[in-house]
Amino acid sequence: MIHLTVDERALLAEDGETILQVATRNHIEIPTLCYLKDVHKTGACRLCVVEVEGSKTLVASCIAPATEGMVVRTSTQRVRKARKVLYELMLSDHPADCLHCERNQSCEFQRAGEIVNVRSARFEGRRSRALVDDTSPSVVRDTSKCILCRRCVTVCNEVQGVGALNAQHRGFTTEIGPGGDLLLGSAVCAFCGQCTTVCPVDALHEADSTAAVWKALADPDKVVVVQTAPAVRAALGEEFGLPPGTIVTGRMAESLRRLGFDYVFDTNFTADLTILEEGYELLGRITSLFRSKGAVSDERLAKLGLPAHLPAPVLPMVTSCSPGWIKYAEHFHAPLLDHLSTCKSPHMMLGALTKSWFAERTGIDPKKMFVVSVMPCTAKKFEITRPEMENGGVRNVDAVLTTRELGRMVREAGLGFPTLPEGRFDNPMGQSTGAADVFGVTGGVMEAALRTVYEVVTGRPLPFDRLHVAPIQGFERIKTAAFTLSEVKPEWDFLEGVEVGVAVTSGLAGARVLMDQIAEGKSPYLFIEVMGCPGGCISGGGQPRLTTDEIRQKRLEAIYREDEGKPIRKSHENPDILKLYSEFLGQPDGHRSHELLHTTYTERRRN
Amino acid sequence: MGTAIACASLTDTPEQRRDLLLSVIEDYDRDRSNLIQVLHMAQAIYGHLPDEVLRTISAEMDLPFSEVSGVVSFYSYFTTKPRGRHTVQVCLGTACYVRGGKKVLDTLKELLGVDVGQTTPDNAFSLEVKRCIGACGLAPAVAIDGTVYRRVAPGRLKAILGKYE
Repeated sequence: MIHLTVDERALLAEDGETILQVATRNHIEIPTLCYLKDVHKTGACRLCVVEVEGSKTLVASCIAPATEGMVVRTSTQRVRKARKVLYELMLSDHPADCLHCERNQSCEFQRAGEIVNVRSARFEGRRSRALVDDTSPSVVRDTSKCILCRRCVTVCNEVQGVGALNAQHRGFTTEIGPGGDLLLGSAVCAFCGQCTTVCPVDALHEADSTAAVWKALADPDKVVVVQTAPAVRAALGEEFGLPPGTIVTGRMAESLRRLGFDYVFDTNFTADLTILEEGYELLGRITSLFRSKGAVSDERLAKLGLPAHLPAPVLPMVTSCSPGWIKYAEHFHAPLLDHLSTCKSPHMMLGALTKSWFAERTGIDPKKMFVVSVMPCTAKKFEITRPEMENGGVRNVDAVLTTRELGRMVREAGLGFPTLPEGRFDNPMGQSTGAADVFGVTGGVMEAALRTVYEVVTGRPLPFDRLHVAPIQGFERIKTAAFTLSEVKPEWDFLEGVEVGVAVTSGLAGARVLMDQIAEGKSPYLFIEVMGCPGGCISGGGQPRLTTDEIRQKRLEAIYREDEGKPIRKSHENPDILKLYSEFLGQPDGHRSHELLHTTYTERRRN
Repeated sequence: MGTAIACASLTDTPEQRRDLLLSVIEDYDRDRSNLIQVLHMAQAIYGHLPDEVLRTISAEMDLPFSEVSGVVSFYSYFTTKPRGRHTVQVCLGTACYVRGGKKVLDTLKELLGVDVGQTTPDNAFSLEVKRCIGACGLAPAVAIDGTVYRRVAPGRLKAILGKYE
């Protein structure tokens, strides 16, 4: 234990604790700007300076460790003056167009100015940067707003292992960017949008889709269909001041209806569908392996409910719901793309079904339909522009709104979100199981898939407490589980005694570890789940800012609560999914599915 | 080693240069902490560091392109544009500055028609500024391809450049 004095109070510090941490723990508020708890500390902005007895200069409290006998003063005349000058210097190179800035009232720079009580802007001078890079369909970069805190650099390089952003040039001309002549659209960027969740100002934000959606809603010739991802309902409430972890499924559905959407569907429905498609794809790949050894005859195949054309036996198979992960894999693991499941992500499946199955049922011309996806994600904005994401000449999905953008639209429409009544999703794509809910959190797709695949093969439910696969839950970077198949159904007897190893990771740095294992031929797994953002979609690039570890945990608990509250918790028991197969698709992973619900991948440049 | 590479490179084919670069990266164990040394060598081989060279280094050393580019653009020693056949360096250290270095620089800009850091369209001269070349007794000083010209009066510059066309 370290003894120190802060503002005349005798305090204790743990070894390695910074002055800022000790102060915060003791409710002494030191203003910060570039510092981001658990993620980033460089002492770059210096707004957190304090006076330390015996030190000639002021000390950045976010990086200075507490030491024995230290005497700290956090709010002396000298400190207050320094903070004001520092703030004014930063302000001198900032557009200060706050009234029409997207971050108006949610800007950390603005808030810091209020806290350090700056009431003047004495310094005028040249502005250093003025580039608006809107070349990517997902993330917009406005260098004129950037305060060079480098949070995005830390998240992009260290948390995600992508490295699309780094500091370029030096001194006054320093700029955070992809380097060379590159812009984000041509850079090796996953479009995960994690940078947009940590940016304290408006230098990085999602590409706006609210204008396009408002326009479609106002067009009397358009039938506007909306769907919402599993993770949105666990975070949208935060946009309206509700406590993190509040589930707002009903209010969200109601708000969408009041915004004027003609049909309100649930991406959870196609999450269930994904489990069927991906589950049977996995079984197909495994069966294909045994068939290549002569263990599975043609007659057997028909009994298993598998298509006659089995997929190639490429294992482990890796999930494909996360478009940031997909783009990352296309850049960094191009030789391994056949390990990716060919399933489109759930919202693309729903778009494709809306403009085929639902259009057929209702007689609505698919060309008049406008499908909007509300997603916790920025990469989905890119995903819908991929050339392969269309069927019969119509795009599967027409616009993607992030959770934050939906929040903005609901505020603009003045809906009083917290007081809205519980609305409902429309049928036939509104009903979902608990397995679909857990898609929103790391480990969830794997758990949902195992609930179905295990039961298909053995005829028994997954033998774990409340159907949860505990070893793959939580926020560890790489989680694994293994179990042996025993007493399988007779038609699956070639799988008797087979050990099933699975791995789960969230955040792209962990994905790299698992993919490198595959490249080296050392992967012991049959199935791998990757979600591009740390913690999964609950902390996706389109979710409300900021996502701290505590907020992540609250959203995770909310997702599992939602799962356990559902009467049906296994995708293959969703009656509407079964109806969809009998009416329209035929069998999982079959011919029609492949036309509408599966996709291909593209090799991309790594450097 | 650096000098040997610089000399050898003048006649090398693109393939030979690339092979040389790859062997340099190998010599430095593909270790990211050796990035600056590798960039030094690469500039000696190619004369400058175009994006294509940075891409190769980024791929071979398993570093993001943005990081390699960030280092290159940070240090004024590195250049991403080809240099002219001759490098004109104007000293703007304290002594040269007070003895008229600025006027020398302005005259050179006018004569060459380029700004600092640029190269003339005929590729003959690149213009650079140095912070003290250690010839304070000779101020104001200009160095061309390493040859130092002492007490340069702006009126002499045209004749000096004439030796190099």
